[in-house]
Amino acid sequence: MIFTETYTVVPRDYVIAGDASRKIKQILKKIGLDADVVRKASIAAYEAEINMVIHSYGGTITLEVGEGRIRMVCVDTGPGIEDIDKAMQEGYSTADEEAQAIGFGAGMGLPNIKFNSDEFNITSSKAGTTLEIIINLPD
Amino acid sequence: MKVKEIIEILNAEILCGNQDTDIEVNSACGADLMSDVLAFVKDACVLLTGQINQQVIITAEMMDVSCIVFVRGKRPNTDVCNLADEIGTVVLTTEMTMFEACGRLYASGLAPTKRVER
Ligand SMILES: Nc1ncnc2c1ncn2[C@@H]1O[C@H](COP(=O)(O)OP(=O)(O)OP(=O)(O)O)[C@@H](O)[C@H]1O
Ligand SMILES: [Mg+2]
Repeated sequence: MIFTETYTVVPRDYVIAGDASRKIKQILKKIGLDADVVRKASIAAYEAEINMVIHSYGGTITLEVGEGRIRMVCVDTGPGIEDIDKAMQEGYSTADEEAQAIGFGAGMGLPNIKFNSDEFNITSSKAGTTLEIIINLPD
Repeated sequence: MKVKEIIEILNAEILCGNQDTDIEVNSACGADLMSDVLAFVKDACVLLTGQINQQVIITAEMMDVSCIVFVRGKRPNTDVCNLADEIGTVVLTTEMTMFEACGRLYASGLAPTKRVER
């Protein structure tokens, strides 16, 4: 493993929202990865982080770089997603006014995370949601 | 199109961030929803928006957006400007509405940012 780090995501704190993704982008750039790969990972991390800020009780993002890939695991502590198929559809959103006020709630986040991933896994229960995002590094 | 041409077309003012008006942009995107911006391509585009919170700047950072234009004369607070300075995105403000600003740039030949094929 070239690099591994875990970042905390605080719910409903719109001042520090995005900090984890910014750190992730900075480290990926510092490692010297391809700009397109860095952008894809940054978009996925940021959408996942904002989802945790807006929709969850908070959690962590663990970044791993190595073995030819970037792997990000986002784990929160609930309340979970009731219908994952619905949540994965473009346009589906339960975002509240506070989230809409800062420009979120289009229902585009999860589908866009999947789009930017080479491998994407999501599991959810009342105890929390886990996303596994894998982006392969070019040879 | 260079940032300095955008400034002229929109009668815009540089607020903060990068002051280099020779930066080239290839396309434009007008949006208030950040997830819409994040679902579009990046490459050296100018983002026109009515949002002035820090998430706009962070979205630009994630997407490598080189220039942000706030429409309807909106001005973000100092914290947001400081963040733009740190990231190095050009930040402009114009009195024009979103509709007029987008229309004028389009009429001047700036291409719409294309959504990445799904
Ligand atoms: N970590 C999470 N915990 C609980 N619910 C979530 C979580 N992430 C997403 N959801 C649910 O899935 C829905 C769709 O998420 P998605 O990210 O696609 O859209 P959004 O966050 O509502 O809007 P956008 O991402 O476009 O700003 C959310 O509205 C929410 O109901
Ligand atoms: Mg979202």
